[in-house]
Amino acid sequence: MSRFRGAEAFAASGDDWQLLPFRFERLNGRVLVTNMVGEHLVLSGEDFEVLATGELPADSDLVRRLRAKQVIKRSGERAPLSLLALKARTRHARLAESTGLHIFVVSLRCEHSCPYCQVSRQSEDRDRYDMTLATAERGLDMTFRSPSRSLKIEFQGGEPLLNFGLIEEVVRQAEVRNRDEGRDLGFVIASNLALLSDEVLDFCARHNIHISTSLDGPADLHNRNRPRPGRDSWERAVDGIRRVRETLGVDHISALMTTTKRSLDRVRDIIDTYVDLGLRGIFLRPLSPYGFAIKTKSYSAYDAERWIDFYREGLGYILELNRQGLDLTEYFSTVILRKMLTNVEPGYVDLMSPAGIGIGALVYNYDGSVYASDEGRMLAEMGDETFRLGHLEVDTYESIMTSEALLAPLEESFALSAPMCSDCAFETYCGSDPVYHYATSGDFLGRKSESDFCRRNMAIFKHLIDLYENDEFARRTFLSWAGR
Amino acid sequence: MISLRGRASDFGPGQHLDRAVWMVVDRDRLTPQRHGRAYKLRDCEEAPPGFGLYLVDDARFAPRDGAWIALPPLLRYVAAGDVISASESGEHVRVLWRAGSPNNSVLLTERCDHYCLMCSQPPKERDDDWLLDNAAELIRLLPTSTPGIGFTGGEPTIYGERLIELLRLCRNLLPDAGVHVLSNGRRFANFGFARSWASVDNPRMMVGIPLYGAEPALHDYVVQSEGAFEDTVRGIVNLGEVGQRIEIRVVIHQQTAPALPEIAEYIARNLPFVEQVALMGLEMMGFARANVKDVWIDPLDYQPELREAVSLLALRRVRTMIYNHQLCLLDRELWPFAVRSISDWKNEYHAECTDCSARDRCGGFFFSAKYKVSESIRAIPAAETQAPALLSLGR
Repeated sequence: MSRFRGAEAFAASGDDWQLLPFRFERLNGRVLVTNMVGEHLVLSGEDFEVLATGELPADSDLVRRLRAKQVIKRSGERAPLSLLALKARTRHARLAESTGLHIFVVSLRCEHSCPYCQVSRQSEDRDRYDMTLATAERGLDMTFRSPSRSLKIEFQGGEPLLNFGLIEEVVRQAEVRNRDEGRDLGFVIASNLALLSDEVLDFCARHNIHISTSLDGPADLHNRNRPRPGRDSWERAVDGIRRVRETLGVDHISALMTTTKRSLDRVRDIIDTYVDLGLRGIFLRPLSPYGFAIKTKSYSAYDAERWIDFYREGLGYILELNRQGLDLTEYFSTVILRKMLTNVEPGYVDLMSPAGIGIGALVYNYDGSVYASDEGRMLAEMGDETFRLGHLEVDTYESIMTSEALLAPLEESFALSAPMCSDCAFETYCGSDPVYHYATSGDFLGRKSESDFCRRNMAIFKHLIDLYENDEFARRTFLSWAGR
Repeated sequence: MISLRGRASDFGPGQHLDRAVWMVVDRDRLTPQRHGRAYKLRDCEEAPPGFGLYLVDDARFAPRDGAWIALPPLLRYVAAGDVISASESGEHVRVLWRAGSPNNSVLLTERCDHYCLMCSQPPKERDDDWLLDNAAELIRLLPTSTPGIGFTGGEPTIYGERLIELLRLCRNLLPDAGVHVLSNGRRFANFGFARSWASVDNPRMMVGIPLYGAEPALHDYVVQSEGAFEDTVRGIVNLGEVGQRIEIRVVIHQQTAPALPEIAEYIARNLPFVEQVALMGLEMMGFARANVKDVWIDPLDYQPELREAVSLLALRRVRTMIYNHQLCLLDRELWPFAVRSISDWKNEYHAECTDCSARDRCGGFFFSAKYKVSESIRAIPAAETQAPALLSLGR
């Protein structure tokens, strides 16, 4: 039909391709290419050569793929730039909101004596290690100074239920303030549940409070990791989880596990325990280099490689369970998959750039000190006050948010300008963790070639991309995790 | 297939109708309204006075006084509540609105700046502004409670501000109506026009815009126009920026089928703010028949790409629908996405469908499927209909 022109008439006429910002990483013979906002494509080695040497033809399958992912454009085209700008703005929209998570360490006391405790809990002296009402009220002042439309108040410890009276008071006061403020206000209590009473549950039900607890796996493993008088930590946690599910609802409970050396061979047992308790997901996470974890050498008991194997095996098993029809999510992968497959920045404090310290979370310690992150106060309990931003009695919101103790690590760790991060294909999936790098290498930036943070995350990114590209079931599962 | 236009079998000699658009009434639905009403006479019925036009099935029963049209056999279904247009003499009749149909779509123009390979309604380059005027008259005649109305072309946005005025009229006179407009979206690349569109301020209005590629070469080829992809994408972004409801339509044919996953990925990442995506089976009409060797593909042959595209969209919470597909050609797990989308007036079922257990859930065929249809059409046994989907998408 002569009225119609063939496809070749609409292919780009010249070969005046302009490269848009992209980064790449070699993956067993193939090359992963990511565009400015983290959309990815995997090219053959030969195709990548063609792109890298600037010898792209006017039209080819490769040219079409590169245009679709905004890696190249024609000189007159504006749509690719406005779309990249739109996506970049969306990804960073959270920055304008500023601090959404406010952690109140209501007591440093705990009746557990876990050797890996990362916050260096105390066993006695109520007067010294409990937060006072006056301090908590100042913490609330600070919380409501944040411009964020949603505010989450998390009660931490020690074991926060040891100072439950204060929690009740903070929740009541926050709700009263919020009648005028109209924020999207939520509460979380991070508890080992050993002291969970019906009175506590009843209060949580009335105030829509979420519970986050610790569950390391099956009874023997959990009880060895988490000693307490009576050696019944697991039994109490499991009973608590059951009661929270039934009283507050399945969506009001989540559990976190800590990986110790003894966990490494038992990832399936650990996951089975979660499934058996009806938990809808698990967060496979490594031990952090703080607190007793350092003192008791728990942290150095295994290396990054060993943990990566643990993670891979666990994720494989979770996919296997999904294949059998179980709806089970791995939360750490989900954070990364959201960054990989959507424009939404999930706001996970340990995987953000600029870093999540201060602008993602603020920590009000029992004694009124303000820290840039939970890890920052863990470090302080070890005697290093680098991430102490000030004190609730003397400092204002302005002085804390503009303190050098916050701004210097934010700026120095910013991944887009960090050596080895700025040209890393995974930069948009990753984040900067100045506290981690300070703790392990003495500066906010860290040396990425020696960083286990980098090694662990890179291995996970590669593993997720590999599954996404080559396993249809994994791809679908990942899309559904990213989409919820 | 229901005819929507025809030539009167007879009409009043030498008559000059004083208007083009008429709402039909009859003795069962008679109100004091006379303006723009055409009265449909039953056989032997005495004509009530005062109507500008009378319709009869048989010229023998034409009224003694007043203008009249004897409807051709294929248009005798026209009943009270329907709206027709007639030429000045009454010789040519079109049905603009069928009160009993859920799929009323109003043609605004046959002109278009695209020339799509598979266009079911090939563009005609001639002045047809009267279609726009008729549409305005139609809106004025319809009951205030009308639940929905569609506008199509050609390319309706060639009217610019005059289209906006029509849509404003529609919002003001038909406040309950869902309004759907089909457009190639290019004019919205002009941000001023997108703002103008938004100024209609009708939360029930949605624009359906086709996208045939994830990059310019394929889309521009399919629509036969350079720069189309660039304009359309910028248009969609502009509409999103002014908070408008958008449907993206992807017609699946031989050229677009292999690119379905890429197109889906492109939409999910670049245009996730659209309200819904419709993946549409080909209608074998107009240019699609002329270009059959370049556009025809058996739906069975693109099921893997379609499954992948639906996963890429639906799992990321982009509302996804499959239009115009017979269930026997669709992967079982895609059934939940299939919509019975074929307008009633061009809908048919085939002989094989008689014994099919899924017939009630199936969209059936376009009338035009007689020109080309998959050879794999079959009756689905009951056991298969009841089988659960293999994997629940969008869980």
